[in-house]
Amino acid sequence: MSQSLKPYLTAVRSSLTAAICLEDFSSQLVERHNRPEIEVDNSHNPELILNPMVIARNENEKVLIEPSINSVRVSIKIKQADEIEQILVHQFARFLTSRAENFFILRRVPIKGYDISFLVTNFHTEQMLKDKLVDFIIEFMEEVDKEISEMKLFLNARARVIAEAYLTPFD
Amino acid sequence: MSTPIVYQLGHKPIKDHVFSSDRSLLAITKDNTVEIYRIGTAKPQLVTTLKGHDKTVTSVDISPDNSKILTCSQDRNALVWEYSQAEGEYKPTLVLLRINKAATCCRWSPNGDKFAVGSNDRIVAICYYEEENDWWVSKHLRLRSTVTSLDWHPNNVLLAVGSTDGHARVFSTFIKGLDAKPAPSVWGSRLPFQTLCGDFTNETGAWVHAVSFNPNGDSLAYVSHDSSLVLVYPEGEGLPPKNIVSLKTNYLPFKSVLFLGENSLVASGHNCNLIVFQGDESGWKQTKELEQQKDLIHDLPPKTDEDEEISSHDALNMFRQLDLKGKVNKASDKSGKALSTIHQNTVTAIKYFTKGKVSTSGIDGKVVIFNV
Repeated sequence: MSQSLKPYLTAVRSSLTAAICLEDFSSQLVERHNRPEIEVDNSHNPELILNPMVIARNENEKVLIEPSINSVRVSIKIKQADEIEQILVHQFARFLTSRAENFFILRRVPIKGYDISFLVTNFHTEQMLKDKLVDFIIEFMEEVDKEISEMKLFLNARARVIAEAYLTPFD
Repeated sequence: MSTPIVYQLGHKPIKDHVFSSDRSLLAITKDNTVEIYRIGTAKPQLVTTLKGHDKTVTSVDISPDNSKILTCSQDRNALVWEYSQAEGEYKPTLVLLRINKAATCCRWSPNGDKFAVGSNDRIVAICYYEEENDWWVSKHLRLRSTVTSLDWHPNNVLLAVGSTDGHARVFSTFIKGLDAKPAPSVWGSRLPFQTLCGDFTNETGAWVHAVSFNPNGDSLAYVSHDSSLVLVYPEGEGLPPKNIVSLKTNYLPFKSVLFLGENSLVASGHNCNLIVFQGDESGWKQTKELEQQKDLIHDLPPKTDEDEEISSHDALNMFRQLDLKGKVNKASDKSGKALSTIHQNTVTAIKYFTKGKVSTSGIDGKVVIFNV
């Protein structure tokens, strides 16, 4: 883990631990409904939403945490240095979101400006342990950088092999 | 200090629990039902399950004379259950709440002749039995926000209400013909229905999670989402409070608060531990944590469990090792971390058990009796 990643992840971990303090809360507006308040248009009812926060490592890498009384939305922007990484991140996010139901807390559509979003509701924290959920998100952030740079390396190595094979003169 | 008694009652969240006054019966909420257990033997025995709500039951309370059980649910209803000797089971009576949103909490008054039901409809329904109609009817206290918690004053008339707009209020629930005129107290002397006797808020405006009167009813404690504990000492009618002690803590927000005596109280919530505070009008301070607790943020030392589960990450690493290098290494012993407290998830309620003992219930499906 690089030097600057550690404080970044520690900050995200502390913020998530504080943000994921959720309770069962059924809708104030629609009877017999129980919805994640962060996903509802709450302009007329702002008391249930807490202040969102952004934790940024640099301009390309940041996390947006939007807490509310019964749900937290966590959006992650993954580092993309060049076009190859952009494509890789896009494909990677698509791969994950198309399998969102296996990840429970993954949101199918990321928030605008971010690559991947999680939605943690009180039902998740009731079924799963909170610190494990936080661990999962932190681990995901730790792994995704590694994964993308690894894929990039593989891609470059493969491109080199193909170029070599292509340029080898025939016997 | 003896060890706490732990009842693991399934793994579904317990939103609220209550013991009968002789401590022989325990009622807990579980999804859409309320389960009643007989306590006393080594293992709690399931006596019966009260099925009548069709959405999550949010709160349960047993009347002071143990004859009736009150439940309320997100299906907008509250039911009063009475044991029928003839049929040998509990029979529900619907309460005429007249609310359109979920009921969030319910509490019997100290005399047991009326009860309060808080709701998401920004209403507290004060319910009492009307003989001529053979029905529980209600009068409404109107607020501006969802009610999160209720607590009765020992005089049976005053009610503390905590809500998500960050206010803790004290209302009069005097009902003509039912209540005797209460003696004047620091909260006021003339108390017609819906008199606002006190209105307190934090500057952060954080949601109030729990309110509690002290045993003699002369002060009020509340905990809110900004992790603070506030104690209010009123001066008297029309006067500003004598003193407001606000205590900021470093814990995750508390969900429940209970007075142990005039000068000590216990609070618990998202930190899964019980914190004891002591003090008086001049100031309060934290005296102890009931359980040893490690920091949630920093890594806990790995626990060596025999049946460690392999996390998906470990599995991924294992297959990658197999794939790239053709060898199998043992999964690292990073998994199996657990909180060092008994409750592994948020504590939802603290109730008085006997002298020196409190009972707690948690999202993790445990009811625990602690010595404090």
